[in-house]
Amino acid sequence: MIDNTELKQIANLAKLTIDTNTQNETIKDLNAILDLAKQLTEINTDAITPMAHPLHMTQRLRTDEVNEYDQSASFQAIAPKIGKQHYLVPTVIE
Amino acid sequence: MEWETVIGLEIHAQLNTKSKIFSAAATKFGAQPNSQACAVDLGLPGVLPVLNVEVVNKAVTFGLAVDAHINQRNVFDRKNYFYPDLPKGYQISQLDLPIVGEGKIDIGIEGEVKTIGITRAHLEEDAGKSVHDMFDNDTAIDLNRAGTPLLEIVSDPDMRSAKEAVAYAKKIHALVQYIDICDGNMAEGSFRCDANVSIRPMGQEELGTRAELKNINSFKFLEKAINLEVERQQDILEEGGKVAQETRLYDSVKHETRSMRSKEEANDYRYFPDPDLLPVEVSDELLATIKAQLPELPLEKKVRFIKKLGLSEYDADVLTSQKSLADYFEIMLKGNESNAKLCANWAMGELSASLNKNQIEIEKSPVSAQDLSLLITRISDDTISGKIAKDVFKAMWDGEGGADEIIDAKGLKQMTDTGAIEQIVDEIIENNAPQVAQFKSGNEKILGFFVGQAMKATQGKANPKLLNELLRSKLG
Repeated sequence: MIDNTELKQIANLAKLTIDTNTQNETIKDLNAILDLAKQLTEINTDAITPMAHPLHMTQRLRTDEVNEYDQSASFQAIAPKIGKQHYLVPTVIE
Repeated sequence: MEWETVIGLEIHAQLNTKSKIFSAAATKFGAQPNSQACAVDLGLPGVLPVLNVEVVNKAVTFGLAVDAHINQRNVFDRKNYFYPDLPKGYQISQLDLPIVGEGKIDIGIEGEVKTIGITRAHLEEDAGKSVHDMFDNDTAIDLNRAGTPLLEIVSDPDMRSAKEAVAYAKKIHALVQYIDICDGNMAEGSFRCDANVSIRPMGQEELGTRAELKNINSFKFLEKAINLEVERQQDILEEGGKVAQETRLYDSVKHETRSMRSKEEANDYRYFPDPDLLPVEVSDELLATIKAQLPELPLEKKVRFIKKLGLSEYDADVLTSQKSLADYFEIMLKGNESNAKLCANWAMGELSASLNKNQIEIEKSPVSAQDLSLLITRISDDTISGKIAKDVFKAMWDGEGGADEIIDAKGLKQMTDTGAIEQIVDEIIENNAPQVAQFKSGNEKILGFFVGQAMKATQGKANPKLLNELLRSKLG
């Protein structure tokens, strides 16, 4: 069962702000999802290979060719902040 | 207390493809910022990744070269973490089903061979680059590197000293260049090493808590960083403390490692299979084709040098330690196979010494392999002596021309005219009666004196073999 502390931790990892007014409701929803997952774990899957994708197909591959050319001007036109051809974000300290 | 060091390495080798792992943008190093980042690399909505076939081929090539199990069905996962140079908010990587499974590689350490296990090698995309010092209040992001294909090669914790770790890293470094999957350029970040280091009391089975060392971009720093970390952990444990499991950044300027972030939170990557990518299948046919096309591996080359060319194990080892040196040597050999030992001596001697002294990579050597090969030919056909050849080499290095050109221009051609040398020998014998007497009374060493005099008189051009024969017959 997820509690308030765990909710905060998940929100932090997902970079989401959870409104304090909807906190309890979110906890309820997440727990309902976990309950469903728990219900699924009751099925014996020992002999079943885990599925990586719902489609029973394999990946198509692309030849190693460069055919995407510089469109940085268009991309940077919609960026919140740019400078010296870089995308700018608030200072990140490691 | 006596401690045992345990090291495992994670090596990121940038695969040398033309385009990125999941997009058709170029991977060329040094382009204008963000000029090689397309919509897929930027993680714009509505785009889908499509896997590059060469990336698969190169990963399989590596797997076969380290005798590894190839997972013919492998899966891409999303590794979720937040950082501005990772625009999607996740890195596409492989967790449970990597393309390359368990393998192994031998390293040479103090004359002994040690086998290092390879846990796995998986494919992933590189992140972009954050520049922290370009602007005062902003971090600048260049996404050219985002989506560059990486093969992360994870070793077993089999190394017991910094020296072993360096030997292993160098071996992998040489191998990826031999099989042409990575250019190995450490300065440009094409080959990067992280080291997991822990210590435990000697004899203890259980592993100690490890620290992961990042930001190591040379073999020299790898050795320094590991030794530094071992000392740090020893100090902590001997004072009764506990080593924290964390990532530490190596600072080569301050020569220290410092804590980067708590691994506990950073490790919460919430991996899951990437729904945008289907499982990858490596067919039996592809596997067979790559196996058949596998180039000669360093060990095979070494054995060939010993068996076919008659080189010593030491020489063969040095010459195959780097692909560039082996390539140079093989070009020298063309038309000079019978002089393999002489070629080896020159490649490892004069050439390597000059390259080291001037800090030049062999690829940029001012003396080409073809030119050096011709110089060897001129030694073996008695045009010049080995001693004169060193002067010719120096002139070649200084750009004065090819071997023949320099030999002609400087009049260095060896004297092979018996009559002319005989005349000089006669004069020397006549003018040095005391030394002649010494030789006759059994002082063999004095022969060197006569050789020296003759060489002086001929400016070193007398054919040494001929000169020796003449001296012995005249003095005897």
